[in-house]
Amino acid sequence: MPLSDTTGAPGPEAAGGPLIRFEKVVKRYGDNVVLRELDFEVAAGERVTLIGPSGSGKTTILRLLMTLETVNDGVIWVNGDSLSHMERNGKLVPANEAHLRRVRKKIGMVFQQFNLFPNMSVRKNITEGPVHTLGVSKEEANQRAEDLLELVGLKAKIDAHPTQLSGGQQQRVAIARALAMRPEILLLDEVTSALDPELVAGVLDVLRDVAQTTDITMLCVTHEMGFARDVSHRVLMFDAGRIAEEGTPEQIFGDPREERTRTFLKAVLETG
Amino acid sequence: MMWDWEFTAVVVPRLLDGLVITVLATLIGYLVALALGLAVAIVRRVRIIGPIVHAVMEFIRTTPLLVQLLFVFFLAPSGMTALTVGITVLGVHYAAYTAEVYRSGIEGVAKGQWEACRALSLPPLRVWGAVILPQAIRKVIPALGNYLIAMFKDTPLLYAITVQEMMFHASGLGGQYFRNFEAITLVGLLFVLVSVPSAILIRRLERRYAAV
Repeated sequence: MPLSDTTGAPGPEAAGGPLIRFEKVVKRYGDNVVLRELDFEVAAGERVTLIGPSGSGKTTILRLLMTLETVNDGVIWVNGDSLSHMERNGKLVPANEAHLRRVRKKIGMVFQQFNLFPNMSVRKNITEGPVHTLGVSKEEANQRAEDLLELVGLKAKIDAHPTQLSGGQQQRVAIARALAMRPEILLLDEVTSALDPELVAGVLDVLRDVAQTTDITMLCVTHEMGFARDVSHRVLMFDAGRIAEEGTPEQIFGDPREERTRTFLKAVLETG
Repeated sequence: MMWDWEFTAVVVPRLLDGLVITVLATLIGYLVALALGLAVAIVRRVRIIGPIVHAVMEFIRTTPLLVQLLFVFFLAPSGMTALTVGITVLGVHYAAYTAEVYRSGIEGVAKGQWEACRALSLPPLRVWGAVILPQAIRKVIPALGNYLIAMFKDTPLLYAITVQEMMFHASGLGGQYFRNFEAITLVGLLFVLVSVPSAILIRRLERRYAAV
């Protein structure tokens, strides 16, 4: 597995199988094939960035992992559990909600549009999952919410409502909310795309912090190439539902082999 | 035609008795409509049962309330009072409307809210109770309020099944004293007296929730 740990953070563990494995995954929306027999693996602790033109299937990969979508064909494995099937009496049967909930608990997601609950305070947004999904006590969840808000620099806003926050602040709360679930895998879906340019840096700084201080496996769809270069161990270039090229950030950004990657990066760097 | 004040003095206390019944039927019927409508709106999203419930509610919504009242009244077990039949039918009839209101509210909640719930693996009770319904209901409070007033104005139909609400007394005493004009006018006035403040109250609620 190609790897280069440029940040000094702990790299993926060599022992054990991959944490995430896509096996000939096909995803279609009607006639539109978004993923074509996609195979790829992510090791525990690895930080992978998915780049590529819009419609190339990057976001779909995150949505499939979060079980917001289901595969049409193929299997996705997370830590040895299939996202579409489960074992019952030695046979593979379609996964039920309980199985999905168990697998999903390991995965957190931050959305492009934040998706905070507007009817709850920042504190409630962050404690809701730990208290009601993980069964953590209110005190403990509160303490963790405060610690995480400290991390994202918004402790003063703990009793504010999302509508009172800027987009960048909302996204930082959303990151805290995802981390409060202590996920093994964090999915970041174009988390800065909906933000005003001056708010992007604050959000990316928080994520750099998370990358440096934890060993959470991260899958990141982004157009922020500087960020991708800083935090990721590996970059996957997608095109038309397939991986067009993969490699270390140095290789992909410094010396891309594929013409498709070169034109894409040129376009992104020119506009960005 | 002269206004008969003597008759007015006789009929008003009876009309006020009727008003109590009218308000009672409206409030209890409305609670039934609110609760049942909500249940219907949620169950409608369930496979197989959903379409069946929807079909039943569509049937109720497209047949006249008066027909439903008489139909149930004549079929109801003898132990059931006219008032109970009236409240039940009013409640169920209006549940067909409130269910549609709730549905539009639920569909109006952003898709991302459902996805965030799923990403946090929240149990269904929290998804509905803490995230979706608080947002959905806030948006439809004005529409729900309008049905309270519409329902209040429909209560004279209960007269047809012998519930002793305002119209019942107005029609009885009006006929007895040959003073239908005063009787019906007074009923109209009493309706206005309750409707207008209720409408103002609902507008206030609406403004309060729209602001947040």
